[in-house]
Amino acid sequence: MAVATREQAPAAADRGLWSWITTVDHKRIGIMYAVAAFIFFLIGGFEALLIRTQLAQPNGTVLSAEAYNQIFTMHGLTMVFAVIMPIAAAFQNYFVPLQIGARDVAFPRINAFAFWLFFFSALFLYTSFLFGGAPDGAWVGYAPLSTQLTEYVRMDYYSVGAQLLGVASLAGSINFIATIFTMRAPGMSLMRMPVFVWMTVVTSFLLILSLPVIGVGLWQMLFDRNFGTLFYAAQAQGDPLLWQHLFWIFGHPEVYVLILPAMGIVSEILPVMSRKPLFGYAFVVFSGIAIGFLGFGVWAHHMFTAGLGPVAEAGFGLATMLIAIPTGVKIFNWIGTTWGGRLKLTTPMLFSLGFISMFVIGGLSGVTHSIVPADTQQHDSYYIVAHFHYVLFGGAVLGYMAGAYYWFPKWTGKMLSETIGKWHFWITLIGFNLTFAPQHILGLDGMPRRTYRYDAGLGWDGWNMMSTIGSYLIAVGVLVFIWNIIRSWRNGEPAGNDPWDGRTLEWTTSSPPPVHNFDEVPVVHHVDDFWYRKYGVDEEGRAVKMPEVSGGALTVDTDSGGEDADGDAHDIHMPSPSYFPIIASLGVVTIGAGLVFISSGAIGFALLALGAIVSLWGFMGWAGEPITKEAH
Amino acid sequence: MVSEGAVVDHDFEDTGNPIHRVRKTAMWAFLGSEAFFFGAMISTFLLYRNTIGDGPGADIFNIPFTSASSFVLLMSSLTMVLADNSFQKGDQRQGRVWLIGTALLGTTFLAGQIFEFTEFVHEGLTISTSPFGSSFYMLTGFHGLHVAVGVLLLSMLVFFSLRGRYSPDSGMNVELVALYWHFVDIVWIVIFTVVYLLQI
Repeated sequence: MAVATREQAPAAADRGLWSWITTVDHKRIGIMYAVAAFIFFLIGGFEALLIRTQLAQPNGTVLSAEAYNQIFTMHGLTMVFAVIMPIAAAFQNYFVPLQIGARDVAFPRINAFAFWLFFFSALFLYTSFLFGGAPDGAWVGYAPLSTQLTEYVRMDYYSVGAQLLGVASLAGSINFIATIFTMRAPGMSLMRMPVFVWMTVVTSFLLILSLPVIGVGLWQMLFDRNFGTLFYAAQAQGDPLLWQHLFWIFGHPEVYVLILPAMGIVSEILPVMSRKPLFGYAFVVFSGIAIGFLGFGVWAHHMFTAGLGPVAEAGFGLATMLIAIPTGVKIFNWIGTTWGGRLKLTTPMLFSLGFISMFVIGGLSGVTHSIVPADTQQHDSYYIVAHFHYVLFGGAVLGYMAGAYYWFPKWTGKMLSETIGKWHFWITLIGFNLTFAPQHILGLDGMPRRTYRYDAGLGWDGWNMMSTIGSYLIAVGVLVFIWNIIRSWRNGEPAGNDPWDGRTLEWTTSSPPPVHNFDEVPVVHHVDDFWYRKYGVDEEGRAVKMPEVSGGALTVDTDSGGEDADGDAHDIHMPSPSYFPIIASLGVVTIGAGLVFISSGAIGFALLALGAIVSLWGFMGWAGEPITKEAH
Repeated sequence: MVSEGAVVDHDFEDTGNPIHRVRKTAMWAFLGSEAFFFGAMISTFLLYRNTIGDGPGADIFNIPFTSASSFVLLMSSLTMVLADNSFQKGDQRQGRVWLIGTALLGTTFLAGQIFEFTEFVHEGLTISTSPFGSSFYMLTGFHGLHVAVGVLLLSMLVFFSLRGRYSPDSGMNVELVALYWHFVDIVWIVIFTVVYLLQI
């Protein structure tokens, strides 16, 4: 058994900063992901407002061209890598173990390592503003632009920062795969898993298979910039197009990584708020898997103007049209779920419906890109900007907002205010459409993206002003959300275990759940098992509440939580806190910093050496430390 | 997965899967990711295999020498299997001998690679000579790095075993390192074929 190296004092270790730094509890790590993602959401949002302020009027003077390039690049990097991916990770960390009836993820310390590596890498990316400027080659970092500007370390920051964030995400994904495939509760067969868990499986596979590809591209970029390799050097017969391929083989699966967890969340919320089972559960699951597979075969539709030749363009165009089918299947399944249901138009439901409608608009404009001649006109115009904000903001962000309202009660034990929530929803929805709908027209009228200013009299002035006003309205919506969180956290309505009359296992335990999640590991007999514990079905197929359930043997006694002093909770060995993951992640980020400054000589090598020592300390300590320290 | 109707047990370890299976699942996922990592580098190499500019091309390869070092690396998979077998039987003493043997074979391969790289540089092929040189050194270099990490892991296993701190339940066990080691060997078979043999 484990060696007792230290006295464990769970009661004392529950609070304080140190307990958060050393925590390996998937729920706390989930909360830290959420907080970090929200902070970066505010930063990325501030950058968006700078962009929109600059573009509000012709010949804007708020930002120089140089500053503008840095701001829009960091806006993209932040929103993709430091907001949407980690907020998805937040929900996945917190709810995947709860939804499959597990006590934690498979590797709690790798989980902590992944979080800290993500957090420090994102902070590290922002330190670039202090040392010569932030990355300025757009989030796609196309060569040869990204390999030519060697007088600055900016794109070195891009290369290393994205690499580190990728490693963090890889560690998290491997963890989810091991957790979901090996740690499900008894009876939780694959086809009984909640759709959110299924979508986590799909995104995890997309990430472990796509991140290494861009990893290679990022190394090549770093080597080209610092060590004189010739991967993207056209003058030496290197091929800059190689970067585009490597980037988009990652980049296209990545957009499904961003959207699929949101689709999972919406697939959880719609049945609960419609009081009906998900329409065509298996179809939704298999459509998600189909999207995952097809997502690897459409990358070159981002490159239709690069001159790939008609055969490749036709093939990728067809594959792109094909991927609309499983996506359309999902949308019809969601509509089918709400059809004839007794809808509860709560805030999470409103955000879910907003998600569906906005995602449909973004999806339809996306299908127009599959038609090569049309795409050639739209390429690098504001039409593209409008399209991907409809899927990433109107889709992903609204989906995660729905998740936040749906699951906040489980996190805190308090309800978010429904009144303020509805204000939040409508302000966001109107602001969002005001911001991005005009950009379709701007794009079709020829306004190029990534332009830092434009002349008056091109017919763009009014649409740009409208778009800027919309963006400030979104900001108001975010402020309303913050107010809602603060107010509800302090004196929100108590939520109880099951405020929405939920269907999945997370609602069987207390809000917030005890450290070990479940006093008794649940046994699962159905999809939506919790619902069938609460409801039977009458002759006409309608759900009938089973009266004996409250306090019945199958529901976990919630008030006792983990404080069941003489009960079984003490026999559950949870992994002990550890400070080695945070040390290891600090070491790895320091190595990254060394790589960025490698061309500056001594500083770079000093950072590399320091990083290597700190990482070695972290990983060796980690390897020699038992998972659960014996508590006596 | 435990089948439906299994008895609810209060002990986490008993209702969950054996920790070995959890770790092996994760290792397979990691190796899947690694396969794509090497796949992207092999694709890059194939793109640039004839892009030699003014520098030397595949004609500088010394096939008999690399065949010998490839044989050494493949033999290390055999010793790795024997090490794993000994540890599974509980014979750590014998297992350590095979682990050290595996690590030595890996080190021999690395020494051969360093010798080979030095020769190539003398003959005028560096990372900056041509895209061929860049992609050759990147692919074989990253593979060598993987072998080096493997040697480090093997040494750590020997160290933990000598100190009596090795148990099959520890986070890093012989079976997982063996999976990793075999994977690195298999990747070398592909690299050897694509980089060295197909050029003839």
